[in-house]
Amino acid sequence: MLTSGWVFVNNHRTVSSGQTSIFGSMHPCEGAKLEKGQPLTRFILKRLFAMPFLVLGIVTLAFLLTTVTKGDPLTAILSDRQLNDPEAVKAAMARWGLDRSLPERYFIYVRNLLSGDLGTSFVTRRPVLTDVLFRLPATLELVGAAMVIGSTIGISLGVLAAYFKNSWIDHLARLFALVGSSVPVFWMGLALLYVLSVKLGVVPGPGRLDPRASLPPTVTGFMTIDTLLAGEFKLFANALWHLLLPAFVLGWAVSGTISRLVRANMLEVLGREFILTARAKGAGELRVVIRHALRNTLVPTLTVISYSFAYLLTGAVLTETIFSWPGLGSYAVGAARALDFPAIIGVTLVGGIIFLLTNLITDIAYVIANPRVRLG
Amino acid sequence: MNTPLFSVRDLRVGFLSRSLPLEAVRGIDLHVDHGEVLGIVGESGSGKSVGMLGSVSLLPPSAYVTGSARFQGQELVGLDRRSLQKLRGSRIAMIFQDPLSSLNPVTKVGTQIVEAIRLHDRKISKRDAMERAIELLELVAIPEPNRRVHQYPHEFSGGMRQRVMIAMAVANDPDLLIADEPTTALDVTVQAQIMEVLATLQKRLNLGLILITHDLGVLAGHADRVAVVYAGQVVEQASIDDLFANPKHPYTRGLIASIPNISEEKERLFSIEGAPPPLGRLPSGCAFNPRCTMAQDVCRNLDPQTTTDGAHSVACHFADDKEGACA
Ligand SMILES: Nc1ncnc2c1ncn2[C@@H]1O[C@H](COP(=O)(O)OP(=O)(O)OP(=O)(O)O)[C@@H](O)[C@H]1O
Ligand code: SF4
Ligand SMILES: [Mg+2]
Repeated sequence: MLTSGWVFVNNHRTVSSGQTSIFGSMHPCEGAKLEKGQPLTRFILKRLFAMPFLVLGIVTLAFLLTTVTKGDPLTAILSDRQLNDPEAVKAAMARWGLDRSLPERYFIYVRNLLSGDLGTSFVTRRPVLTDVLFRLPATLELVGAAMVIGSTIGISLGVLAAYFKNSWIDHLARLFALVGSSVPVFWMGLALLYVLSVKLGVVPGPGRLDPRASLPPTVTGFMTIDTLLAGEFKLFANALWHLLLPAFVLGWAVSGTISRLVRANMLEVLGREFILTARAKGAGELRVVIRHALRNTLVPTLTVISYSFAYLLTGAVLTETIFSWPGLGSYAVGAARALDFPAIIGVTLVGGIIFLLTNLITDIAYVIANPRVRLG
Repeated sequence: MNTPLFSVRDLRVGFLSRSLPLEAVRGIDLHVDHGEVLGIVGESGSGKSVGMLGSVSLLPPSAYVTGSARFQGQELVGLDRRSLQKLRGSRIAMIFQDPLSSLNPVTKVGTQIVEAIRLHDRKISKRDAMERAIELLELVAIPEPNRRVHQYPHEFSGGMRQRVMIAMAVANDPDLLIADEPTTALDVTVQAQIMEVLATLQKRLNLGLILITHDLGVLAGHADRVAVVYAGQVVEQASIDDLFANPKHPYTRGLIASIPNISEEKERLFSIEGAPPPLGRLPSGCAFNPRCTMAQDVCRNLDPQTTTDGAHSVACHFADDKEGACA
């Protein structure tokens, strides 16, 4: 149950296969298919139009998933003493709508959803939307930083490994990738936290900021941005410093996949004849590798990065727990433990929307990166 | 004696492999002058591309090159990377076999030509370079060059792409152009057009042109001299007229016999039996002996020396024996 909401969102890519669906493109080398002469705006509008239906699908599935769990949510709502009191139980059932039939509950949930109401958390007793929006920036900050770190490391290592194929650089890159993608993030997080923070003290401990520091006023919820907006450059550095290790742990996990794929694609492209043409023109090696070869691996690279985004969202759940990161992930863990159904569905929904949006952006990026698609 | 534009002496190219180094080019001698067209002909795998790419250090790191390749007197073998980059694309230009894959698919055609220009002329503005790119497309007879420079390679046909390659190759007014099978991948009618474009430019720019092909017929009417390559060696070299009138090597005679001839409408095209030896599996003696109809014991034991008669050189024990060539 721990990550069910997230896992289900991530898996639909592997479930559907083959050609482009409304979810996005399924194959790294395919890219989005624009029909001949279809303008980019129509393509985007079509995809945006499909989104509400996909969101509804996600809600429905998440809803059904909560009904197959064995636990009793009343344990989250009521104290042990109240649980023995039939009157209190009955009141709570009525108060939270648990006495109604499943279709009824579903209908009410969807109706409320349309007016932007995600229900109230059993645990925090606050609207789920408020909780989620409050915690979202921390997750986005972590995942964003992990994405930047992961793709930077992944692309650089992939390019180097391909160019220096079979040399020690290649072997080292392979080892780095292997460790990153095979060691579970929670283990890696714990180990690095222990060694680097507890033992060596070179990086700060868990949390987003030094516990003694006074928080900057919340404007965006992004610690790095809020500290800057407050003009607190020391705090900004401190926030970055705290972000580094969790983002690196998460980024390392995805950099392996990225570097392997970039390496394979670079090897393929470097063997193509236009690379010879570029060298015959008198281009230097750096130019050949970056401008000619890497530029041609953009589409599959974008795909693998967007794939890894889904993985990052899942990985964030564990990373946040280990690094006491007050984001959606740790919220989800708490909600799952307490069988806080409204919170679980709410997190799933937001995770799903983020995922769909990433897909859309990826597909738009394809179209821009690949002239053959762009011009139909 | 004045120095030739480009001369190759005892050039050898090998590839490092796990067991033993494999020699793909086994000591070739060639030269070409300003305004001259040298044809290099031989079957697939004979080492034509490897030899030419090796002389300008464009082979992968597993290749090693020995011997000498001089451009305007300057030794290219072992020359530092910077100096080579300066020569490539400015003094020495190249075009390749497959126009469908030799242009960068994600960059506009004009931008690719502009890159070629600006790599060697840091001072020219992008706008001026684009003007020049348009002129170059005009030079190779691409219609509507103003519009075409803004298109991507996939919007061009194979023949048009090869014209773009030619335009890009001559962008910096080179002295030497190495064309590696420039028409092999194209339709017959398009082949003739591309040869026309190449020939016109060669004369106009007084280019030294090395024209690599496996079809001797392509060279007729275009090349001044021809070097016939077999298994990494030049087996015969002569002026084109001399070669056609008086071929001395059995392999050359086989190549001439296999030129398609429209007027005679032969039922079956002649082709030399067998296949060239794979790398590292050379027969002893003359490399051609397993396929040669004239082979004698001496051919199987002794590699023939190259003998020169005026401007006509040949490596065959029975070079002056004309009988029994194409049985
Ligand atoms: N990178 C390489 N590593 C190992 N062997 C190679 C490499 N490149 C070429 N060869 C070998 O060198 C030999 C000569 O190849 P080359 O490409 O020069 O032939 P070619 O005469 O140009 O033939 P084609 O008409 O097919 O272009 C071939 O046997 C080929 O397999
Ligand atoms: S040397 Fe012998 S085998 Fe070789 S080409 Fe001449 S006749 Fe044929
Ligand atoms: Mg070749």
